[in-house]
Amino acid sequence: MLLAAFDWHALFFTFFALLTCGFAVAVLFSNNIVHMAFYLILSLGASAGLFFLAGAEFVGAMQLMIYVGGTLVLLIFGVMLTAQSRFISMETRSGEWVMAIIVGGSLLFLLATAALRVEDWRSGHPNPAKVGLAESKTTTQIGMGFTGVRVDKLDPDVVGSPLVPGMSGYLLPFVIVSVHLLVVLVGAAYMARTKRRATSTGAAA
Amino acid sequence: MAEFFHTTCHLPAPLAYLLAAIIACVLIIHVVAVGALIFIWLERKVSGRIQDRLGPTRVGGAFGWLQTLADGIKLIAKEDITPKDADAMLFKLAPYVGFAASYCAYIALPFSDGWVAQHMNTAVFFILAVLGIEVFSPILAGYSSGSKWSLFGAMREAAQVVSYEVPLGMCVVVPCMICGTLNLVTIGNMQAGSFTNWLAFNDPFTFIIACVYFTCATASVNRAPFDLAEAESELVAGFHTEYSGLRWSFFFMAEYGSMFLVSGLAAILFFGGWHGPIPIAEPIAGVLVVVVEPLVNIGRYLLGFIARDIGKVTDGAVAIQIANLMGCLNFLLKGTIGVTVMMWVRWTLPRLRIDQVMTTCLKYCVPIAAFGFVGALFWQVFEVPTLNDLPSPIGINRSVAHESWVVEADREREIRAQAVTPSPADLPGESVGSFDSAAVDSLVMKGGAR
Repeated sequence: MLLAAFDWHALFFTFFALLTCGFAVAVLFSNNIVHMAFYLILSLGASAGLFFLAGAEFVGAMQLMIYVGGTLVLLIFGVMLTAQSRFISMETRSGEWVMAIIVGGSLLFLLATAALRVEDWRSGHPNPAKVGLAESKTTTQIGMGFTGVRVDKLDPDVVGSPLVPGMSGYLLPFVIVSVHLLVVLVGAAYMARTKRRATSTGAAA
Repeated sequence: MAEFFHTTCHLPAPLAYLLAAIIACVLIIHVVAVGALIFIWLERKVSGRIQDRLGPTRVGGAFGWLQTLADGIKLIAKEDITPKDADAMLFKLAPYVGFAASYCAYIALPFSDGWVAQHMNTAVFFILAVLGIEVFSPILAGYSSGSKWSLFGAMREAAQVVSYEVPLGMCVVVPCMICGTLNLVTIGNMQAGSFTNWLAFNDPFTFIIACVYFTCATASVNRAPFDLAEAESELVAGFHTEYSGLRWSFFFMAEYGSMFLVSGLAAILFFGGWHGPIPIAEPIAGVLVVVVEPLVNIGRYLLGFIARDIGKVTDGAVAIQIANLMGCLNFLLKGTIGVTVMMWVRWTLPRLRIDQVMTTCLKYCVPIAAFGFVGALFWQVFEVPTLNDLPSPIGINRSVAHESWVVEADREREIRAQAVTPSPADLPGESVGSFDSAAVDSLVMKGGAR
């Protein structure tokens, strides 16, 4: 049957990939900073769609939460900045185009060669032996990894603790990163406060 | 549903999925659109009664129940105006962004056991992420309108929503922690039985958390007393000052859609989801299945022409679906109660100032949510008895459910080990089931295998 023979997954993949790339190009070619942020949101949202299509719901939701939510703050800054007229229409000079093409092109080259080096990714069709069931994938592994137990690195043959030394997780880096973020947040709030206090005392003096 | 079309009706798999998707989409759009119609009418009646008025009484007969439809026709007929200073593209798109986000979040919201458009392992997280996108709509609308009132409203909305996401996320984590999963269907099913099993009554801390959740949810869907973004007394109408006609109504469809969404999420996370306070659904469904037997047979006969295997659908399966239907009604009732409480609050309390809104969030909601989170955490860690531990003939005990996951994981491990090595007896690893390994496994399963 025609419907069954058609590769729906490829169709939807192409659809979302075109959306992602199209809106990314739109970011490049628009001059208004708020338009740029809006296109960026659409591009990032479409790439979240790609993750959902691949069955990676957690990563997709993460993409929406972190990247799209982060772009929200960017958008707010954009709105606040456009009160000044020089940001309303940003013209790109030709020198900036050249620099951007060099940086972006070299990154694209690097990523494309790295991706094409993976044997399984060269053909358009997935290797059924390596495709896991979507049902069996849960977020348990990710959560356990964060709390210090690498489920994929467990060694059941070892008597006693099955944790492989040196492979037992990301608890310490995770905690360090989160404490670092907290310090940055507190510091930012503190700096914003001291600045205001200084001006108010200055006004009082 | 796709499975039913595929196996029972013998449709090809893509067509079955397409059909299931279309049915789910149409049902959800009815929840959002018809829900908005009903809730706007309900809001008028509720506000009328609270203010000692009657509310709408004429359109459509007895209770003015067609009032919203009449308003809808008026809105469609209105002229669609774009102001001269507006950023035309963003101005036109902004209402649809909010509506699309509100609609998308429903994809992961189960209406009954397994009655969900897309069964996700991380449904809670997905809903929170998509709800966070909704705030783009007021910000884009406010920016693109080219009006200072709109921009003020948008900036207030941004500040409010971004700060209220923090306590909201903290509150949502607690039920996920107690149930050990992010899957809304499992969270709902773990509260089966009588109302003592509901997570809000699990311990005093979860009850506090449920209250904080509802406050933050009210703020995050931008309802009074937190509707600073559209404060009529200060900002004309805030971010939608310049809108008219159908575009304006899209903002309200999104608002009422997300009101029901956060109420439904509260119902699943804290108030038993689709389970009633007293577990009578299954006995009633058992009786009903006898009553509707002739109807089912007629249905079987009629559907038999298109679906050859419809006869294989057993009475048990029909009874389960009837119980699910009652669960769905239960869930809709709970969600509607939540929405009604939001209306009650709106017409009772005065609007807060913007600094009071921020104070409520940062000085009250965040610390209380953190306190409740730590309290509920200790309640779980020290295994303080809860109402759920009472021996009961009905419903499930959550610790037993956790235990069954561990047992299942052990079984899965054994099967996997046998598949890798045909003769496990040769291995020295009979001590695999030693204390540490079992502890790790139980940790793994409590992390949310479901």
